[in-house]
Amino acid sequence: MKAILTTIGKDQVGIIAGVSHFLAEKEINISDVSQTIMNGYFTMMMMVEIQNNKTDFAVLSQQLDELGKQLGVEIKIRREEIYDAMHQL
Amino acid sequence: METEKIKETIHMISDENLDVRTITMGISLLDCIDSDSDVACERIYQKITTKAKHLVEVGHQIEVEYGIPIINKRISVTPISIIAAASNDKDYFKYAQTLDKAAKVLGVNFIGGFSALVQKGYQTGDLKLIRSLPQVLAETELVCASVNVGSTRSGINMDAVAEMGKIIKQSSERSFMSNTKLVVFCNAVEDNPFMAGAFHGVGERDTVINVGVSGPGVVKHALEKVKGSTMDVVAETIKQTAFKVTRMGQLVGTLASERLGVPFGIVDLSLAPTPAVGDSVAQILEEIGLEKVGTHGTTAALALLNDAVKKGGIMACSHVGGLSGAFIPVSEDAGMIDGVTSGSLNIEKLEAMTAVCSVGLDMIAIPGKTPAETISAMIADEAAIGMINNKTTAVRVLPIPGKDVGETVEFGGLLGRAPVMAVNNASSAAMIQRGGLIPAPIHSFKN
Repeated sequence: MKAILTTIGKDQVGIIAGVSHFLAEKEINISDVSQTIMNGYFTMMMMVEIQNNKTDFAVLSQQLDELGKQLGVEIKIRREEIYDAMHQL
Repeated sequence: METEKIKETIHMISDENLDVRTITMGISLLDCIDSDSDVACERIYQKITTKAKHLVEVGHQIEVEYGIPIINKRISVTPISIIAAASNDKDYFKYAQTLDKAAKVLGVNFIGGFSALVQKGYQTGDLKLIRSLPQVLAETELVCASVNVGSTRSGINMDAVAEMGKIIKQSSERSFMSNTKLVVFCNAVEDNPFMAGAFHGVGERDTVINVGVSGPGVVKHALEKVKGSTMDVVAETIKQTAFKVTRMGQLVGTLASERLGVPFGIVDLSLAPTPAVGDSVAQILEEIGLEKVGTHGTTAALALLNDAVKKGGIMACSHVGGLSGAFIPVSEDAGMIDGVTSGSLNIEKLEAMTAVCSVGLDMIAIPGKTPAETISAMIADEAAIGMINNKTTAVRVLPIPGKDVGETVEFGGLLGRAPVMAVNNASSAAMIQRGGLIPAPIHSFKN
């Protein structure tokens, strides 16, 4: 399944590295990435491909939550359909 | 990857309180009827706990995977007056206990359908159900009740209106919280997912999933960007926002229906406020340009809001139903509470507002000394607005024993807090004591 991973927080060293390292470890492929500084906050969006049979979404979401705490940012993951549903006919 | 759209969605959920208010599973209990109430209650318990076994779990899964808060998971059932009528029980408390037990085992937030439809008169079980209400509301936790006393097609049952005034008064004397779980309707709908008035109509499928969306904060935020623009722009902005909110409801309903193996019924396009800051319908009306909700212009602003929400939402989902419109419960809306405490909003204005929005006099605390006949007369007025205007109206008023105008009562959680509001002290007793039936209006004869 495709999901959108968003990382928001105070800019500092190692955020991209931390998140991508975690994803690589879990064998989750990053298919697109966009990053900006918005109102002084580091904002990164990644489109990722998750293999359904290998990953429990609830566990992944919790692990990302913990990773966010370590890195001092907020990391959220949502399945892509929500964005399509709200903005496309 | 369309980053602007992603940002907008995240902003709506994290900062503007966008949520799905409820996933409600409607379950028919018609196949549970038995003349032995013990047998009937056992069947009811088995059916509810089987059909809704995974409701809470699936709701939680969707929340985690899509990052959308789903505030409540609820169940609605066939009106119990119909199900219990075959038994010879003196009251229907046992049925309510069964519903309460099933709801607790499943972990749902509420179960609705301890209801009677008496718009044209009483059938066998109706009066027994109504007279069980004070005990049921005080001694069960999750059971919600409703009584439909009028409709455009059949008029208003004034005997039932008189009875409900007394019941509300008696219920409040047992516990001031009781009446938060009781709604008196005119033109009640059969697929409403919202409490306390949800029940599963007899014309519905055996089991069905209905979804109620919310999102006053999202609408208010969108309007902040069009300050000073014409009312056309205001309406258009609300429509576009309602579209997005409803699409999310449609997605959640479709997912829940697939995962539970239960047909998807309707999306209720409602703006349901909560006491949280920034989740208020009153604040939308103020954003349109009113200094305080309740002032002149409030009814017009609310009419525009209610209509634009429907127009935006209707294309966003396959089937629309329920109450669909803006809710104006006083205790559950920080802006409404402010309106009352500042003296700008009173019961008379709220009554006018109910003529143009989706429900009625909702979550309004009144002095404990208010006579039963006055409460009945408030119900009659609301029912008349519903009957004549072909719309649903409801009354959920809360007499608070020992409290008077100016004092405040705390309900807690989503129910919020309410300032006790003044009612008209002139008596309506002689009219209410007449009883009988107000005939159906001329425009109901459409055949």
